[in-house]
Amino acid sequence: MAYKWDFGLIFSYANFWAKGLGITLAYSVGTVLGGLIIGVICGMLLLYKRKWLTLPIHFYVELFRCTPLLVQIVWFYYALPIVLSVELPAWLAAGLGLTLYMGAFATEIFRGGIISIDKGQWQAARALGMTNGEMMRNIILPQAIKRMVPPFVNQSIIQLKNTSLLYVVAVPDLMYTGSIVVSDTFRPLEVYTSVAAMYFAILYPLTLWAKRMEAKVDQ
Amino acid sequence: MTSNGAADVMVRVEGLRKSYGTVEAVRGVSLDVHRGQVVVVIGPSGCGKSTFLRCINLLETPSAGTLRVGDRTIDFGTPPADKGHAMPRGRDLARFRARIGMVFQQFDLFPHMTALGNVMSGPVIVKKVREAEAETIARNLLAKVGLANFTARFPRELSGGQQQRVAIARAMAMEPELMLFDEVTSALDPELVGEVLDVMKELALEGTTMIVVTHEMAFARDVADHVVVMDQGQVVEQGVAAEVLLQPKNARTVSFLSRFHSTIGERKA
Ligand SMILES: Nc1ncnc2c1ncn2[C@@H]1O[C@H](COP(=O)(O)OP(=O)(O)OP(=O)(O)O)[C@@H](O)[C@H]1O
Ligand SMILES: [Mg+2]
Repeated sequence: MAYKWDFGLIFSYANFWAKGLGITLAYSVGTVLGGLIIGVICGMLLLYKRKWLTLPIHFYVELFRCTPLLVQIVWFYYALPIVLSVELPAWLAAGLGLTLYMGAFATEIFRGGIISIDKGQWQAARALGMTNGEMMRNIILPQAIKRMVPPFVNQSIIQLKNTSLLYVVAVPDLMYTGSIVVSDTFRPLEVYTSVAAMYFAILYPLTLWAKRMEAKVDQ
Repeated sequence: MTSNGAADVMVRVEGLRKSYGTVEAVRGVSLDVHRGQVVVVIGPSGCGKSTFLRCINLLETPSAGTLRVGDRTIDFGTPPADKGHAMPRGRDLARFRARIGMVFQQFDLFPHMTALGNVMSGPVIVKKVREAEAETIARNLLAKVGLANFTARFPRELSGGQQQRVAIARAMAMEPELMLFDEVTSALDPELVGEVLDVMKELALEGTTMIVVTHEMAFARDVADHVVVMDQGQVVEQGVAAEVLLQPKNARTVSFLSRFHSTIGERKA
């Protein structure tokens, strides 16, 4: 009773796959960029040690770090429209969840990068007479960004994997495309193996690249 | 060294205090530093020397007292009667600090800049001096501290003594009215201490106004015009270097100096 593999079937859906892959990549890039913007803004604001400013940001970060992403996506899709009493399109609701999730981690990465800079650097810059802006731009950020890049790339890789959760709200990404092809062909073995292979083909080189970069920053 | 009138006073500190929570690190210090004078501050570890120095360029905000540097007077603690005497903020605070150079125990050079870049950083970033002009200033200063051939090196490619000389040049590039040195040789291997002290001696001879916190008693004896002994946040004795170091009157000075007598007793080089 040997199973007869048939990958030929998979290739006949090439256009379909391309679209799914495109959506996965678009969501990854879009939500990573959105998260980066949130992270830079919230991370910067955290440096102002005003409770009324830092408390809400910490609350946001912990809320999104300590609840499952799947729950967040489902919540944004099904619950948020009720709160706002407007219908959110699926792509937006799902994207919002992913972006805010990435933003929470990016905030921590940004803040962590800044505060990892030795206090001697801050005092030397201040002693020379730099304003806070001059010190940030010329002394702190150039050093901190180098340290932020590896964790940010790692989080982006995780984010690309997480886009597969879009499946549950029927956004036609790579994973959802797979489920449609399965319902068409009844070939889950070939289809989901191909899905896994496609994720791997993107993520493995990215992971290698991230490792190389990490080593470079460490030296 | 005797008081030459108020105009000659570069720094005047009166009743300066600084507390961290319940710990009072500086407890009412008063001191005058005259233009061109070298004041050395000594005292046991934890007595508040660094805190005192960091109050002078406002890296720390004093809790009480008055500070005058040049023509700028600042009152701390009680709301000042004169609005112009309030603790400066933002750009004003940065400008105040720009007139005072400071060198630290751990060098704290900017690791992403070369030696030249470090020395240029003040003029370029703070004073907005043109790059070419700043480079000339920086090259001259690096040559002066004996590092003409090391301008392109990054801090990690320099020895501790070389890094500290770059740090001195970096501070001097701002043409400060006053230089603060906080145990700048304490992190150095013994054989590298001399090259840094030599640079400081040269600055002193050129008439730079300096406040130097150090454990180098021979330097204090040879270079200081005035020695201040601190203990537990207070000045316990001060005066002419030779008198304070060789004939201390205060019991706590005597006990502190007893650890150094072999060094102080050495003949002048
Ligand atoms: N940021 C701070 N927070 C709390 N306490 C501090 C802080 N900085 C200094 N202190 C305390 O203030 C006192 C004086 O410290 P300071 O560093 O000025 O001493 P010092 O004379 O420079 O000592 P050393 O010779 O070891 O450098 C110490 O008791 C120290 O623990
Ligand atoms: Mg100290």
